[in-house]
Amino acid sequence: MNNLMHYKWRKTKNIIMASLCFISAIVAIVPLFIILFYTISQGISSINWAFFTQMPKPAGETGGGMANALAGTGILILIASCFGLPVGIFSGLYLSENEGSIYAKSIKFLVEVLNGVPSIVIGVFAYVVFVIPMKHFSAIAGGFALGILMMPLITGTTLEMISLIPHSYREAALGLGIPRWKTTLFVIFPAALKGILTGILLSIARVAGETAPLLFTALGNRFWSTQLDQPIASLTVFIYDYSKAPFDDWNRQAWAAALVLIVLIMIINIIFRFVTREKYA
Amino acid sequence: MQIINLIKRKIFKQQAGIISVEAPAASFSIKNLLGGKNVGDLVFQNFLRFFASILLLIVVLMVIQMVNQSMPSIKQFGWNFIKNNTWDPVKEEYSAWPFIFGTLYSSLLALLIALPLSLGVSIFLSEFAPRWLEKIVSLLVELLAAVPSIVYGLFGIFVLAPWLRTTIEPALGNKFGFLPLFTGPPYGLGMFAAVIILVVMILPIITSISRDVMKAIPVTQREAAYALGATKWEVVKIILGGAKSGIVGATLLGLGRAVGETMAVTMVIGNTPQISYSLFEPGHTMASVIANEFSEATSTLHVSSLIEISLLLFIITVILNAAARLIVWGVTKKYKGRK
Repeated sequence: MNNLMHYKWRKTKNIIMASLCFISAIVAIVPLFIILFYTISQGISSINWAFFTQMPKPAGETGGGMANALAGTGILILIASCFGLPVGIFSGLYLSENEGSIYAKSIKFLVEVLNGVPSIVIGVFAYVVFVIPMKHFSAIAGGFALGILMMPLITGTTLEMISLIPHSYREAALGLGIPRWKTTLFVIFPAALKGILTGILLSIARVAGETAPLLFTALGNRFWSTQLDQPIASLTVFIYDYSKAPFDDWNRQAWAAALVLIVLIMIINIIFRFVTREKYA
Repeated sequence: MQIINLIKRKIFKQQAGIISVEAPAASFSIKNLLGGKNVGDLVFQNFLRFFASILLLIVVLMVIQMVNQSMPSIKQFGWNFIKNNTWDPVKEEYSAWPFIFGTLYSSLLALLIALPLSLGVSIFLSEFAPRWLEKIVSLLVELLAAVPSIVYGLFGIFVLAPWLRTTIEPALGNKFGFLPLFTGPPYGLGMFAAVIILVVMILPIITSISRDVMKAIPVTQREAAYALGATKWEVVKIILGGAKSGIVGATLLGLGRAVGETMAVTMVIGNTPQISYSLFEPGHTMASVIANEFSEATSTLHVSSLIEISLLLFIITVILNAAARLIVWGVTKKYKGRK
């Protein structure tokens, strides 16, 4: 009898814990839907052609758009790619080529640590390197900060995508007498290229959503500017400024910009998931 | 006997030309200068190493530059920078304790809530959920991690804070007002909102790492437990025992994320440098004070104090991340060979 009771208790405990786990899974994904719901419902009404093509209107006037912020984010991403892509991709290749060496191992460790450094600290670094010597805020400082943020991300995905390539590829190429560097560059790299490209896209999505490192590097600009040594607008700082403003119309535009940003990021993330899923699964 | 065999084998190899007997004839081709390596290989290898070294250079430069720039404040305040409570740009008195307190208090509270929740999710994903459901939930959790922090902040200001102010905080204040946690007038913007946002933000990272660690535990352990008649939950307990250190690593990574989180926290925490244990009161964190004051700081001492705060933040997050990575690497290595 006692045994039976014990058995039942174990069964009940199992059910209780399983349902607790199930509930926490639901609790975890509900915020995503709440946030998506609010961003869409608050932002969708302000999305129109003018929003993408017009400049911000002076405070108090309704209407206007965020054309300069869109262009600014694009420029910042371009600058960031100039810094981040070569370092990221080639470091990733280096790490995959030299898995055993101590130097490569410590670089790999460093990449992981750099990945965890808060973006605002990177922003402070960019401020020290660019803004203090130049004595004013500039697009290039903002791009530099975003570029550093990109580096560990791209290094990580490059390494991961190359490690997905079956070892036999490398063996086959080397067996034909092809030198190592040609094997890496013309056999391994092209095979992993699709994954690496989507990884780059993912890192762009990630830095496009960064605000903190831009606050005191690129600063923001209410006017059209494409000069690299001048402050430049960006989508995220636009959202930040407009969300703090006491005008309803600006708050409405902040939601719309957030919607644009979030749709962009979600699409890139889902693409990344599908591209990495189909390969060698 | 064995030695004789070895010698015999060696002689055989020498005759067959597998081991060369004489040193190779000296010649001055480039190949020999490079120790027999392909020129392209050497160039390519050093080319790659150059870029990898840039990463090292950046981190080193980051430390040097930040220490350099925070020198004025380090010299002026010394250890008092961490201990004192005043932050007054008008009187030029700066000390970071209110911000350190705010950072630690908000992050630890968020961790306290996020840890059991994300453990529940990762157990659900790795043990209970069927494969199709696991895929969907994992994707959603990953998308949660991809939401930019500015959007969380926007949501916090316009949706979460008003809701807390009108509904949640008055209710909690009425029922549990005797606890120090729930005292004071309901502002909406404050520690409570920051903690909630932080929970949502660090949940995905803890979840995905603990799930990976749990999945890395060999199936044989599960099979053995089932064979002994264990219920699913009892199997989970065994898995948790094996994944313990990995979960600690995941927790540290989550903590590091919470400590460094800037925009969302800045927008909802109220930005008041004070030390209060009440969730309803506004606070301030290290990251949020940098975000708030950096672009407007004019005096050298102010800028330098802010850079010193970011140096502290850098040190804290590097320690947390390094510890976490070492632990997580250790665990996955341990189980890699056995799968």
